[in-house]
Amino acid sequence: MIGFLIQRLIQAIAVVFVMSLIVFVGVYAIGNPIDVLIDPAADQALREALIRQYGFDQPLPVQYVTFLGNMLTGDFGESFVYRLPVLDLILSRLPATLELALSAMLIATLVGIPLGIWAGYKPDSLSAKLIMGFSVLGFSVPTFWVGLLLIMVFAVELGWLPSGGRGPTQEVMGVDVSILTGEGLSHILLPAFNLALFKLGLLIRLARAGMVEVMSSDFVRFARAQGLPERQVVSLHVLKNIAIPIVTVFGLEFGSTLAFAVVTETIFNWPGMGKLIIDSIMLLDRPVMVAYLILVVILFVTINLVVDLTYGQLDPRIRTKGAA
Amino acid sequence: MSDVVLSVQGLETAFSTRAGTFKAVDGVSFDVGRGEIVGLVGESGSGKSVTGYSILGLVEPPGRIVGGRVELDGENLLALAPEKMRRMRGARVAMVFQDPMMTLNPVLRIGTQMIAAVRAHDPVSKADARTRARDALGIVGIPSPEERLDAYPHQLSGGMRQRVAIATALLHRPAVIIADEPTTALDVSIQGQILAEVRRLADETGTAFVWITHDLAVVSSLADKVCVMYAGRIVERGPADDVIASPRHPYTAGLLASVPSLHEPGAPLPQVPGSAPPPLQRPEGCAFRPRCARASEACLADPPLATFDDARRAALCHHPIEPDAWTSFSTSTASRNAS
Ligand SMILES: Nc1ncnc2c1ncn2[C@@H]1O[C@H](COP(=O)(O)OP(=O)(O)O)[C@@H](O)[C@H]1O
Ligand code: SF4
Ligand SMILES: [Mg+2]
Repeated sequence: MIGFLIQRLIQAIAVVFVMSLIVFVGVYAIGNPIDVLIDPAADQALREALIRQYGFDQPLPVQYVTFLGNMLTGDFGESFVYRLPVLDLILSRLPATLELALSAMLIATLVGIPLGIWAGYKPDSLSAKLIMGFSVLGFSVPTFWVGLLLIMVFAVELGWLPSGGRGPTQEVMGVDVSILTGEGLSHILLPAFNLALFKLGLLIRLARAGMVEVMSSDFVRFARAQGLPERQVVSLHVLKNIAIPIVTVFGLEFGSTLAFAVVTETIFNWPGMGKLIIDSIMLLDRPVMVAYLILVVILFVTINLVVDLTYGQLDPRIRTKGAA
Repeated sequence: MSDVVLSVQGLETAFSTRAGTFKAVDGVSFDVGRGEIVGLVGESGSGKSVTGYSILGLVEPPGRIVGGRVELDGENLLALAPEKMRRMRGARVAMVFQDPMMTLNPVLRIGTQMIAAVRAHDPVSKADARTRARDALGIVGIPSPEERLDAYPHQLSGGMRQRVAIATALLHRPAVIIADEPTTALDVSIQGQILAEVRRLADETGTAFVWITHDLAVVSSLADKVCVMYAGRIVERGPADDVIASPRHPYTAGLLASVPSLHEPGAPLPQVPGSAPPPLQRPEGCAFRPRCARASEACLADPPLATFDDARRAALCHHPIEPDAWTSFSTSTASRNAS
């Protein structure tokens, strides 16, 4: 187990390292940020001083090594636009996005998995067909369109829910939280549902597919032959067996929701990381872009590691292999 | 042995597929006495498994039981409400399946699975259920059962897994266990051990077994009675020794002629010529007719059930083999003498 962890950790560090190189070179290729940084009317001497200050006069490998050295000490540089340490900037936006992503995952999981299990348990029933129809809508209708529709119906026409923003927040252990008040909840409901819809469709399909497969297995038949009540056949024998693909997709989706909630955040004017990265791309705010992408890589690698460790908990056959 | 625990009468189970509807089980009748082992023999596709599932009420769509009775101690299981039937399964009638790799849940410990099986019928504590599971493992000859309870299925050999399955089926001391080819996937020596164990269990616990197999050699070493199945029907039944010594149905005779261990060593093994027809293309009258050396015009009509030995034996055939004709028959299955 320890050996497995160390091996995975080394892999993770290698991935982060390679990605940092790709991201750095890629962003470097996009263009020269100095034009954005400087008043076009500034004189040549000031211009050159600034170039030297940011190290843009150095060759690319030297710039990269400097960047890498700083990164290892947790210093991602300073935003060209906000003049703030990039890490602080990103972390200040993290709670809003985290809150939104977690709410969306929660909705998708609590609704999607039971619906999928039911649809797989009675695949020929009318309710199952309705559920599957809904899931197709869930991941085929574009997020922005659903978002606009939600605002149209629930904010504009009915006026039940606010059309955007995060509402008031409370500080809990140093982190801003908005879901503790009714008003906060009313703000998060639409964007969270909007963000959840795609995942909901996906989880329904996954749970259904696993269910159909496992329900026809010999061990389910054997459990029934022992006279186990149906409820227990499903909860004891089936759930753990369908969990592996669900956990995998859950992990990936959670990562991508955190990283790329951009569309929903923009539509609902949600003050999260998505808006920050869009702004930074528009303004060629290079340190923010690079730091953000690298943090995303670290996020994905971490989630994957957690998912892999969960596999071992779910399937003893993987556990033995991992230990060997 | 006169005491009948399970009586299957005229059982019919149909499947509706896109190509058409057919009866995988077509009027099957047989009795099982207390502690008796009945072999249910036939080629693959003859309807043995579906017979087993029908007895337990485990037939799944597109299959449906369309006729007959399954009496357990006089009570017709087919008339029971689903919840009542569930309480029968595992408690009064149990089933074991062919593939020991697949019948145990790969992600749960043996103990977890067996404890759930105990508590499905008896509201005992987990500790008590565990004790019963451990005792059951001991009964089927599993060494250090306490440790096995904590093992996962993949940590046990195929033979051990099948013993675990049999122990699970035995937990509530059911009147009957349907065993669907439980030793087919195991090698011969392990199979022999398990057969001996089952024989002992039937004698000691009074649990009866319906032992489904395609191997007549297994039946000859294990069963009290045998039912031979062909194309959804039982074509011959009787005491195992008698049927094997002198089969009355041409299909049984053909099966017997192809069993190596029942033969002179070195003699060539004749096979039953041809193969079983797909269920939707069964011929009119006797389904065995295209493969039968004794077939005549009469066989175009449904064969009658001919009984022998004071009805202790029966064969579904227009021209059953005479007892003395068997010797010449067995030396050459291809003997085409029709009368
Ligand atoms: N779920 C099913 N759908 C359609 N046909 C089936 C199904 N299960 C069994 N059958 C058919 O029923 C017949 C008997 O099958 P089975 O009882 O499994 O045979 P055996 O156990 O003797 O090999 C076969 O022709 C098989 O194709
Ligand atoms: S009824 Fe006719 S065809 Fe069928 S087994 Fe008997 S002799 Fe052969
Ligand atoms: Mg079978």
